Amino acid sequence: MIKHTIKALSLGVAFSIAAYASAGAAELTVYTAVEAEGLARYASEFNKDHPDIKINWVRDSTGIVTAKLLAEKDSPQADVVWGLAATSLLLMKSEGMLEAYAPKGVENLDPKFVDKSTPPTWTGMDAWVASVCYNTVEAGKAGLTPPTSWADLTKPEYAGHVIMPNPNSSGTGFLDVSSWLQMFGEEGGWKYMDGLHANIARYTHSGSKPCKLAAAGEIPIGVSFAFRGAKSKAAGAPLEIIVPSEGVGWDMEATAIIAGTANIDAAKTLVDWSITKKANAMYNTGYAVVAYPGVAKPVEHFPANLTEKMIDNDFEFAANNRAAILKEWQSCYDSKSEPK
Amino acid sequence: MSVATQTELPAGKAIKPKLGSDDWIMRGFIAMIAVYLVIALALPLYAMLSKSFATYHYDLTQFEFQVSDEAGKFSGEVIAAQALNEQTGAYGPDDLVAGSNGRLKVTAFFPKFSFRSPVRYKIRGSSSSAVYLIGSERQTGTNWVETDSNMFRRIVLRPIASTGFSNFRTYFSTPSLVRSINNSLLISTISTIITVTLAFGFAYALARSCMRFKGVFRLLAMAPILVPSLLPGIALVYLFGNQGMLKSVMMGESIYGPYGIVAGSVFFTFPHAMLIITTALAISDARLYEAAVTLRASAWKTFWTVTIPGARYGLISASFVVFNLVITDFGLPKVIGGQYNMLAVDIYKQVIGQQNFEMGAVVSVVLLIPAMFAFGIDRFIQRKQVALLSARSVVYEPKPDKRFDWLCFAYCSLIAIFIAGILIVCQYAALIKFWPYDLSLSLNNYAFDLMDGGGWAAYRNSIKLALLTALFGTIVVFTGAYMVEKTQGFKTGRTLFQFLAMLPMAIPGMVLGLAYIFFFNNPDNPLHTIYGTMAILVLCTVTHFYTVSHLTAATALKQMDNEFESVSASLKQPFYKLFVRVSVPVCLPAILDISIYLFVNAMTTVSAVVFLYSSGTALASVAVLNMDDAGDVAPAAAMGMMIFYTNVIARTIHALASKGLIRHTQAWRTR
Repeated sequence: MIKHTIKALSLGVAFSIAAYASAGAAELTVYTAVEAEGLARYASEFNKDHPDIKINWVRDSTGIVTAKLLAEKDSPQADVVWGLAATSLLLMKSEGMLEAYAPKGVENLDPKFVDKSTPPTWTGMDAWVASVCYNTVEAGKAGLTPPTSWADLTKPEYAGHVIMPNPNSSGTGFLDVSSWLQMFGEEGGWKYMDGLHANIARYTHSGSKPCKLAAAGEIPIGVSFAFRGAKSKAAGAPLEIIVPSEGVGWDMEATAIIAGTANIDAAKTLVDWSITKKANAMYNTGYAVVAYPGVAKPVEHFPANLTEKMIDNDFEFAANNRAAILKEWQSCYDSKSEPK
Repeated sequence: MSVATQTELPAGKAIKPKLGSDDWIMRGFIAMIAVYLVIALALPLYAMLSKSFATYHYDLTQFEFQVSDEAGKFSGEVIAAQALNEQTGAYGPDDLVAGSNGRLKVTAFFPKFSFRSPVRYKIRGSSSSAVYLIGSERQTGTNWVETDSNMFRRIVLRPIASTGFSNFRTYFSTPSLVRSINNSLLISTISTIITVTLAFGFAYALARSCMRFKGVFRLLAMAPILVPSLLPGIALVYLFGNQGMLKSVMMGESIYGPYGIVAGSVFFTFPHAMLIITTALAISDARLYEAAVTLRASAWKTFWTVTIPGARYGLISASFVVFNLVITDFGLPKVIGGQYNMLAVDIYKQVIGQQNFEMGAVVSVVLLIPAMFAFGIDRFIQRKQVALLSARSVVYEPKPDKRFDWLCFAYCSLIAIFIAGILIVCQYAALIKFWPYDLSLSLNNYAFDLMDGGGWAAYRNSIKLALLTALFGTIVVFTGAYMVEKTQGFKTGRTLFQFLAMLPMAIPGMVLGLAYIFFFNNPDNPLHTIYGTMAILVLCTVTHFYTVSHLTAATALKQMDNEFESVSASLKQPFYKLFVRVSVPVCLPAILDISIYLFVNAMTTVSAVVFLYSSGTALASVAVLNMDDAGDVAPAAAMGMMIFYTNVIARTIHALASKGLIRHTQAWRTR
């Protein structure tokens, strides 16, 4: 009897060791642009289901992570990218840097959030959506009326009161520009930006700064993204988050496996998990719009009609025309001191 | 007769002293540190230069098409893209120049193209190196791929790499980029004139008046050295921004732009200019003033004929140092430059914003030219200055003059208020809960871990970097300087080493950082493993600040008679015994100065390390930049002030330690 128990026990131990050895004890190097405060939570939630896979985060802003990945094109250091702009991932896809893989349950996601190739090379997590942050106190002092559309922002009354990110250095700035070009057409888009340029106080390097500056009253109207505005509002800023009536641009945070990773099984496990309902519920704490339909609960201070206003974004257009758009933008607007 | 015998004598071999083992070891050390400088400086710069010539263009000879008729039937006729382009003139030569991320639409080759038409297309590469995209799908190879019209409009060509001058051509034909050259030169010149004038007045007051509180003024004037250059930018926003405390002073002008950059530049370059000019004024000869008085020259005339000529080398040197600091600085224009583009910021925008490394390298090369030029002139001037103070000179002693002293005091107070004001505003802003709506005090802005930028870990990393830089930097620099100063012969090697040691000062931090990416992030480089670690930050920082440290060490070592070496050699003592027992203790004040210089600069540097830090090695100075960038301006000010306090503590410890150690090791100087 005792003998049996020992045998069973040792067998069990042997099994679990074997299972441990085969299934993982893997370490994954994961590149991300998710805000710092979210990362620890993401890793611990993931480890509740997969304690054998350790995540080593490499975190930076979107521009820097993209630059880093492209620079490492010939000797990738990352195993997985978890939480980087889809436009950036498309650049990597066109360099052949991403491993095509259809994660388990990918059919449950909103098709908008999945790469069009079969099998897809990336899957979306959540969307960050453009919005206008409007400081009611300072606008009142300056005697402004709240704008309701993008077109309103070109009115002369807002001259010098609008601030937006420079698309050359900010992903948010680029999604604005690409959305205007998609909504108003090539010609109309540039014409719109000519009008807007006349009202812009200056262009910032980062996408969240316009909203923070609006929150601080430095410039009353900041073109930024909704999530940032909701956060500043929660912090007590006299902000109103305006969703322009024409529709708003957006980009998503997405996940992909880097081709050539030595930890392909662990990477697949992570990507499988990253599209589960549970993971999407986790993204929902920061983002109002997530890839898994029906998961999202409203986020405090978040504009209610935002989801309907999201344009049908053509990511391929954005990625493939990015270099040309940025070049054109730079030659038209990248110096406020330029005499007209 | 005797003349004849002399001519008959053969010339004989040149006498060459035999090299002892010590000489060989010392040459070995020189070679080692020279190799260090080559790896840490010359090779990365070379990598950057070659990157600026790495170009991309669309090679139309690489692609071929077939077009079907309306029924979708192909005739089999193959058309090369090159021929199509010549026919249609779709793209001019400028359009075929690309960046590494460039894409070229193929539909432009077909004027009759419509995505609704039933015409079908085929595309292939004529060589295996041709790359094109269908949508975002990457295609290579020489197989025909057939698509319908709607799909065909999604096809774009990718450029191929080559070398040439086209990056420079693109640069100089982009007005917004070229304008930065003018902006940078203009701002640097204006800042230089203002800073040098102000600093001269300050130094003059310190040297030539009997005003009170000179020590306090000197201390305050040095404070800007202890903070990152972007901190004054943050203070100026709080003072003169749209919600600023003194906004009305700006009279409707915006602080974001040239005004802000100049004001901030004056703040952070002031101590550098003041130090150089103080030194220049300190060595003037009292006898010249006595002569002027005897000749009944007016004070005004004396000032222009004695004081200014005596300090001219100092003034010129200060001008070029300030010019160089301003034109290579990146943090300040980034924080307060608004839409006013400067060269150093352009590098950052190209690399971080657009991932256009090649163009970043081009701007770096452009920035190198004025920096090198200013540096060259400065070195030339400094060499001339040596023989000003002769042995018979009498040191000038100011005499009390109530009116003049009060005037000096008032002037210095104004400058001191400006400097202290900037720091106080930063500290105040850091403690305010939510400027300008909630002015209650709180420590919320110190919760760095809740903000992007690296959190408190970044602060700890910075201290670690500063300590490591001070330790290893001092060892490398002092050993190098010793070997170069005290080695006999070996002229070429020493000259080459001197050149390498002077070079870092001419290299802007941004350029060095970018060069490090190109060199160390190359997977074929055996040193690739240090990329992203603390080691590369230490290496970069030591190299960036090598020159001044080297000069300090060399000056101290020059003061030691070479007889020490002769004596120790004749006593058959190996050189390292002399080095450890005599040279190091005698030069201890200089060694301590080098280490504190490296410490302070490692705490405040932004430009070189902004490209090199990784998530595990974020730094406090970079965190200031990134938090400001994200709009967390108050926490950025808080972190900047943490750097200031840390440097103040370090300097205090340094002062106390020097005092104790110097009493211990320099007792021989007093009898």
